[in-house]
Amino acid sequence: MNAQIVKLFVLFVVLFALLVGATSWWTVFGAEELEDNPANRRALIEEQTIPRGLIYARDGRTVLAKNIARGPREDTPRARNLRTFVRTYPEGPLFGHALGYSFLRNGRRGLEQSENGPLAGEENEFQSIFSQVRSQAREGRDVVTTLDPAAQRAALTALGAKKGAIVALEPQTGRVRVMASTPTFDPNQIPSRFSQLSTDKEGKPLNNRATQELYPPGSTFKVVTAAAALDTGKAAPDRTFDGSSPQTISGVPLTNFGGQNFGPVSFTEALTNSVNTVFARLGESVGRRTLIRYMDRFGFNQDPPLDYPGDQMIASGVRGDRGQLLKGNAGFDVGRVAIGQGGGEGQILVTPLQMAMVAGTVGNRGRLMRPTLVERVVAKDGRVTDRAQPDLQSRVMSQRAADQLGQMMKNVVKEGTGTAAALSGVEVAGKTGTAEVRNAQANQPWFIAFAPTNRPKIAIAITLEDQPSGATGGQTAAPLAKPVLQSLLGKEAGG
Amino acid sequence: MVLSPRLRELFALIPVTALVGAGFLAVLITRTDDASNLTLTYGAVFLGLCVFGHLFIRARLPDADPYLYPLAVLLAAFGLVMIYRIDAAKAGGQAAVFVLGLALLVVTVLFLRDIHALERYRYTIAAAGIALLLLPRVPGIGERVNGAYLGIGLGPLSFQPAEFAKLAIIVFLASYLRDTADVLLRPVRNQVWWLPWAAGALALLVGGLLLKLGVPGTALLVLFVSSLTAVLQERPSLKHFGPLLLVWGLAMVMLIFIRDLGSSLMFFGGFLGLLYVATGKLSLVGIGATMFLGGATFFASSVSHVKERIDVWSEPFAPNLVDDEGYQIAQSLFAQADGGLFGQGFGQALLDLPGGGKLLPAAETDLIYAVIVNEIGLFGAVALVLAYLLFTLRGFKTALQAPDDFSKLLAAGLTAVFALQVFVIVGGVTKVIPLTGVTLPFVSYGGSSIIANMVLLALLLIVSDGARRDRRRRGGLV
Repeated sequence: MNAQIVKLFVLFVVLFALLVGATSWWTVFGAEELEDNPANRRALIEEQTIPRGLIYARDGRTVLAKNIARGPREDTPRARNLRTFVRTYPEGPLFGHALGYSFLRNGRRGLEQSENGPLAGEENEFQSIFSQVRSQAREGRDVVTTLDPAAQRAALTALGAKKGAIVALEPQTGRVRVMASTPTFDPNQIPSRFSQLSTDKEGKPLNNRATQELYPPGSTFKVVTAAAALDTGKAAPDRTFDGSSPQTISGVPLTNFGGQNFGPVSFTEALTNSVNTVFARLGESVGRRTLIRYMDRFGFNQDPPLDYPGDQMIASGVRGDRGQLLKGNAGFDVGRVAIGQGGGEGQILVTPLQMAMVAGTVGNRGRLMRPTLVERVVAKDGRVTDRAQPDLQSRVMSQRAADQLGQMMKNVVKEGTGTAAALSGVEVAGKTGTAEVRNAQANQPWFIAFAPTNRPKIAIAITLEDQPSGATGGQTAAPLAKPVLQSLLGKEAGG
Repeated sequence: MVLSPRLRELFALIPVTALVGAGFLAVLITRTDDASNLTLTYGAVFLGLCVFGHLFIRARLPDADPYLYPLAVLLAAFGLVMIYRIDAAKAGGQAAVFVLGLALLVVTVLFLRDIHALERYRYTIAAAGIALLLLPRVPGIGERVNGAYLGIGLGPLSFQPAEFAKLAIIVFLASYLRDTADVLLRPVRNQVWWLPWAAGALALLVGGLLLKLGVPGTALLVLFVSSLTAVLQERPSLKHFGPLLLVWGLAMVMLIFIRDLGSSLMFFGGFLGLLYVATGKLSLVGIGATMFLGGATFFASSVSHVKERIDVWSEPFAPNLVDDEGYQIAQSLFAQADGGLFGQGFGQALLDLPGGGKLLPAAETDLIYAVIVNEIGLFGAVALVLAYLLFTLRGFKTALQAPDDFSKLLAAGLTAVFALQVFVIVGGVTKVIPLTGVTLPFVSYGGSSIIANMVLLALLLIVSDGARRDRRRRGGLV
């Protein structure tokens, strides 16, 4: 009997060793995976007890996000463990999409998500041991954004009750000054109204239309085509093109807007009057491969390198019937893509942010700057721990081609389709667009621009969703640029 | 100089003192920034009780194993500190129950002068055990916890009869197997050694190729058939197997009606352990284990709550489970990951949600091991498991030293069921086996568990006292 008892004990030694093995697995070897599990809310809960960094507007004074402390106020370890901080957004719906939100139950979005590291005061292992030794409580770092409350307010007022988006950025630095998307939402209401906001399929108020909605760009895409044509020498501002209508493109007749027959026109006139047949023909002569190459340089076909959550941005480009991005060897109708349309094989679809980057590239003499929302990160003791430096994303075209294109866009606002965006005292260069959506039942009006033309300070993209079929970019989108540009350019723009 | 057993016991209480003092102090400091006199008095009273227990054992069981009692008290003290840390209000109740458990230990030792008295009442004890097990299903007093019928409520009191039933069943089995182990099997001389192997191979062919049972099913069938062949060769006495089949049936009944996978695993495991110790036949264990696993697998596919437990166990992080049925095990693993090697420190683990509510469900009962890992890390948890292993070692040592078969079987059975309980709950919390509602002996919050385990300790001490006195006398004669 004793032999069996000994063997039974050995069995339990083995079983207990198994327990030790399992515990070591979960605490050491598998711990990282568990900590990264989305269902693990420990980090989120612990972060609630840390005063999160503030978010400021561009001026460094206007507070866009701060904390309300709940629980005991005294500075003891016990009180610190019980005290929690809840986010509040003093400007309400003004920066709903750009800031996003951060709440225990609803998670994070927007800048609150992409800048969570500094805002939550995350430290590396070494720093963390250091502050533990000095028994310092963890503190968040402040984030100063590039956003401009006055211009943002002007943009939201201009958009009004319409669904749409306005993005304005500085061409030389890539700093995003305005990121407006309507309908907007008030981040303060997220805890109470989340299910309602997130299930509104019609208004989709939580969607950032500036970065994560794809729209057909209409004629604003002719700027991309023109850049490719000018830079490759396939076109010059004075060269004459055949503006007759209709012309057969990919075996199907293509007409100009209203069926207008322009006859022989210069390239400048073709852009000023947005002559479809000229640009479609030009697109064919540039070719798919070259057009895609220029699109790549403009930042198409990839998530924009904006400091913003990747899941709230989408890549612009030619997309096939299943939404997949098409490259140069795909058989899409390059002529129709060149004028911002497409066909069954592939359609050009863009975000407002991408089109603002296109306008900004022309304004910055062919150099695309990486767009950015964060100006600097400041620790609580005033040290600047991170500062955004202007960063060249790509050289899209030669200075000469960009300057020529800028002059042509100036003409659009002066005497072409974009006259509604003209400002007193400041020259604006722009391009309108009107895409038909829902089988020509509705229109998607567009306007992209930069100003002032001689030394561009702002590039802007505006679009409106689901407008009546009579609404053109020139009539409905271009006028919205005026108040925003006036706010951003100040006195020079007669504001 | 060789210390007397009782002196060794007294010295072994010193770490308990240190643990209680340091533990309470650590929790208090993180809690209120200064140690209050009241709670320290509390700790002092607890230590006083421990010393009282020691003095009682010194008086009544002078030859008993010197380590069993300090180990149990160490675990209880540790549990008290943890419970105090999780919910200070519950620590008072736990301390009261500890006093009650100590009292029951005293009563057991005083009344049970001769351990063999238990043998006379074995069928009464068995009937009482079965009745206790079925009690939670009696309408009006049964309580349902997490889908399992584990507790019964009598007015304000509620207790878990399974904790006491496990003692009753072990006492019965020890007594029954002492009588029948020799006649269960009657070995024949001309056994064919290859017959079980051949039967197993045949089962492999039939199960794997004809019935297509899959790997686990085929393995079960092979093990069952070859074990059965081996047992049949020994001409089993069917009449004596009746009560054993009853125990198997009981385990299955527990699985279906009481819906308690953990207890049923614990019982049946203890039973198999005893069967092996009594007969030395692995083939019997093979039959039992395959019958249990086969039954469990069958019910896993036909009884929804068993299936659910299995699903949760295999995929706790599945999106549809992780915030629902899988919440408990998922949070348990998250807590352990948070602990790491050294833990967050006493009183530092995240248990409550800011603004009310608990992050970790059943932190003071089923998941207390996860809190322990969270606070004192892998090293602390290993120390705890080692303490349990030492208790198990002393228990089996008692069984080895015991002079008669009943004492041997009783000590081995009690120790096995104790160790199995540790394995079932710690294994559940660490996802080695499906998580079930079993308490961590001496550590978890819960009156029934503490009291029943104190009685278990009393029984072990009585057996040990008898065994060692016997040895001392014989040693003295030589």
